[in-house]
Amino acid sequence: MEKFNLTCIMCPLGCSLVATKDGDKITVTGNNCNRGEIFAKEELTCPMRIVTSSVKTEKGVKSCKTSKPVPKAKIFDVMKEIEKLRLKDAKYGEVVIKNVLDTGADIIITANE
Amino acid sequence: METDVLVIGGGPAGMSSALSASQNGSKVILVERDKVLGGILNQCIHNGFGLHYFNEELTGPEFAHRFRKMVEKDKNITVLTDTLVTEIGDHKVSVMGKNGVFDIKCKALIIAMGCRERTAGNISLNGTRPMGILTAGTVQKMVNIDGKMVGKDIVILGSGDIGLIMARRLTLEGAKVHAVLEINSTSSGLKRNILQCLDDFNIPLYFNTTIFEVVGKDRVEGVYYGQVDEHFNHIENTRKFLKCDTVVLSVGLIPEMQMVKGVSINPKTNGAFVNEHYQTEKEWIFSCGNILHVHDLVDNVALEGKQVGLFASLYAQKKLNNGNLIKVSHSADFAYVLPYTLFEGEEEVEVKFRLKKKVVKSFIVAISQGNIIAKKYVLAGVPGEMMTFKFSKKGVKEEIVFEVRENGKI
Repeated sequence: MEKFNLTCIMCPLGCSLVATKDGDKITVTGNNCNRGEIFAKEELTCPMRIVTSSVKTEKGVKSCKTSKPVPKAKIFDVMKEIEKLRLKDAKYGEVVIKNVLDTGADIIITANE
Repeated sequence: METDVLVIGGGPAGMSSALSASQNGSKVILVERDKVLGGILNQCIHNGFGLHYFNEELTGPEFAHRFRKMVEKDKNITVLTDTLVTEIGDHKVSVMGKNGVFDIKCKALIIAMGCRERTAGNISLNGTRPMGILTAGTVQKMVNIDGKMVGKDIVILGSGDIGLIMARRLTLEGAKVHAVLEINSTSSGLKRNILQCLDDFNIPLYFNTTIFEVVGKDRVEGVYYGQVDEHFNHIENTRKFLKCDTVVLSVGLIPEMQMVKGVSINPKTNGAFVNEHYQTEKEWIFSCGNILHVHDLVDNVALEGKQVGLFASLYAQKKLNNGNLIKVSHSADFAYVLPYTLFEGEEEVEVKFRLKKKVVKSFIVAISQGNIIAKKYVLAGVPGEMMTFKFSKKGVKEEIVFEVRENGKI
């Protein structure tokens, strides 16, 4: 049985979680909502993060994000895919990469323009 | 030009208060110096906004976008972007913009200009002043809006949220962030940011540590850093050199009050003293958002703006009734409790406060004439987190004092 002390990142509250791993079974305490339990279980198996960055266009850089969290181990690879883009322009809400690196997440423009 | 409510600042506080004033029946003019509404949110491209207000996790520009669309749809709000306020007079504000220099007359004014960052000068940073010493917000604007990188080898001074966010952002853009130095024994940043911005990328965070001296002639060449004692004096035998080309400062924010003359300012918040209706000493000037007190979450800024927009609108329509004043004070455990005065009356009121120390399993109590009139249980409270306390002031006529009762005892 292994114990892990984690800080939940699902919202700015930042609950201190204790996750106990017993074989395949993970139990979580310290969470104030069920998002904390989901986070802790994911953190011990496959940690996920939303990536935010910016895309180069002829009209300057435009901010973007992954439409959902991607595996933490793939953050830098996702960054490389975003870095490759050279667009004419990009508008709020536009999908500029579909299913980036087969993560199931799209790269979406977030810029407020 | 002439209007009921004039709002200065097109960030979350300004947009939210403008919408609220309009929804409550006032004609509104919103003045913003940048070319697009949104304020600092536009450069905060990371996620984590809107969970409380929109029940959805958004990035800063997306949060701004939602508010901007609502403002632009509102026929009672006139938006003046690219417009700078040059002077605040009496029920009159002078501005300079695309259409020249002119005055706007108003019945009520909402100041919502946010904060500026503390700079190397503000903290008396030792050493030379070469190129490469930048505030975290400036770095954020350069990288996220202008698309320019600031350096390759970075040291960050201060562990405020913007500093942590920029540690991750610069790392993702290919720079090496060597360390984050924090002079205090705890971080003022959110725990989630320490985890996902520093721990995820193995960036070390050193507490009780600061920069002793910046070195470099034309460009930053490195810093001498080391530990400090409890009075923040440098402990010289801990002095070490760290080679870097950029020093990023994340050492606090100062409300942008220099434009507002003749209202007294709380030295704890650097914002105006306000009453229950968020009126400053000049009753036609209302204040909300980070210019009043620095918030941790934009959601709370938007909520405060909504509240204040209503009060300003009522004032413009001569419908705002202030009752007899009740003074608000607090024990030394609090940095501040806001608003600073309340009015006698039936309605519930929400105060906002920041603690000076960490408290666990304690009660926050409101006392008037020796009697506890309300209490709030706090499982864990830290100075880094603004907290709120809603209670009824029915029947209260004398000063209210806020105190902390520790270990669950009242």
